[in-house]
Amino acid sequence: MSAPKTEWPLWEVFIRSRQGLSHKHVGSLHAADATMAISNARDVYTRRQEGTSIWVVKAEDITASTPSDKDVLFDPANDKIYRHPTFYDLPDEVKNM
Amino acid sequence: MADQEHEWILRLGDDALVLAQRLSEWCSHGPALEEDIALSNIALDLLGQARALLTLAGQREGLGRDEDALAYFRTDREFRNALLVELPNGDFGDTIVRQMLFDQFAVLRYEALASQTVDLELAAIAAKALKEVRYHAAHSAQWVVRLGDGTEESHRRVQESLNMLWPYTAELFEDDAVSKACNEAGVLPLNASFTARWTEQVRAILEEATLTCPESTALLTGGRSGRHTEHLSYMLAEMQVLQRTYPGAEW
Repeated sequence: MSAPKTEWPLWEVFIRSRQGLSHKHVGSLHAADATMAISNARDVYTRRQEGTSIWVVKAEDITASTPSDKDVLFDPANDKIYRHPTFYDLPDEVKNM
Repeated sequence: MADQEHEWILRLGDDALVLAQRLSEWCSHGPALEEDIALSNIALDLLGQARALLTLAGQREGLGRDEDALAYFRTDREFRNALLVELPNGDFGDTIVRQMLFDQFAVLRYEALASQTVDLELAAIAAKALKEVRYHAAHSAQWVVRLGDGTEESHRRVQESLNMLWPYTAELFEDDAVSKACNEAGVLPLNASFTARWTEQVRAILEEATLTCPESTALLTGGRSGRHTEHLSYMLAEMQVLQRTYPGAEW
């Protein structure tokens, strides 16, 4: 058996502030498991009525793009200006774009 | 309303105030940053309940005492909290077991108040507090299970906490002239009426935590009539020193 870890794993916290909006990353915290992570997130990140819903994800389960891949991943979009919605008239009814 | 209702509300308010003060001692000493904030949040919830309850107790008493007069200018003999909540924090296990034993009781008491009392102001305070103490109860129960069903050391230590605190729990369910008068007036059921459900719920938590429920033997009591442990006066000295030195001082 391996030695017990002295530090709890890191969790990333996502909070939805209002119905209709998406969950936003607000920070991270340590917790022994998912239940404790939700409970800690409630105490650390929603003390001032910030949330209606909480997601927690183990930080180690997140796969991130590496900074060195930046050119390959993002540069090709630079000259595709027609992908921007600025060429279209948005109806007033459409919000949160 | 019963003549003694203010006395009874004072007991509720003092339970919340004294436990709030104890928990706030954890601020910046918590076992982890997240738990430090959790304990401080719970302390602030309890302080909010204490403020509302002491204000109401002062109004029902009718002698012009407000929340500050009741919190800062009574001696230990005039406090009406149960002994359980005034005990020193000890280690985190002691604190969390004390919290679990009290939270389970607080939920039942506020549930009864929110739905049954004839005092509508008290019912409103209870309805608000109920949401808070339900969270406290979930938090402390979760921790008792984690520690009890954790490592060999955490199990041993939290079992010792439980054995040490258990004799103080019976006081919560005692009734006297005040609680009987309030019961007859429709303010609240007798404390004894919570015993069965509390025992059932606490036993379920202890079972999940693989802890052994102590056999009740000694009955440590006296808080409701002002006979406290030595620990309360030290705690009050710290809590009251500023207002007693500079009466009426404000931030």
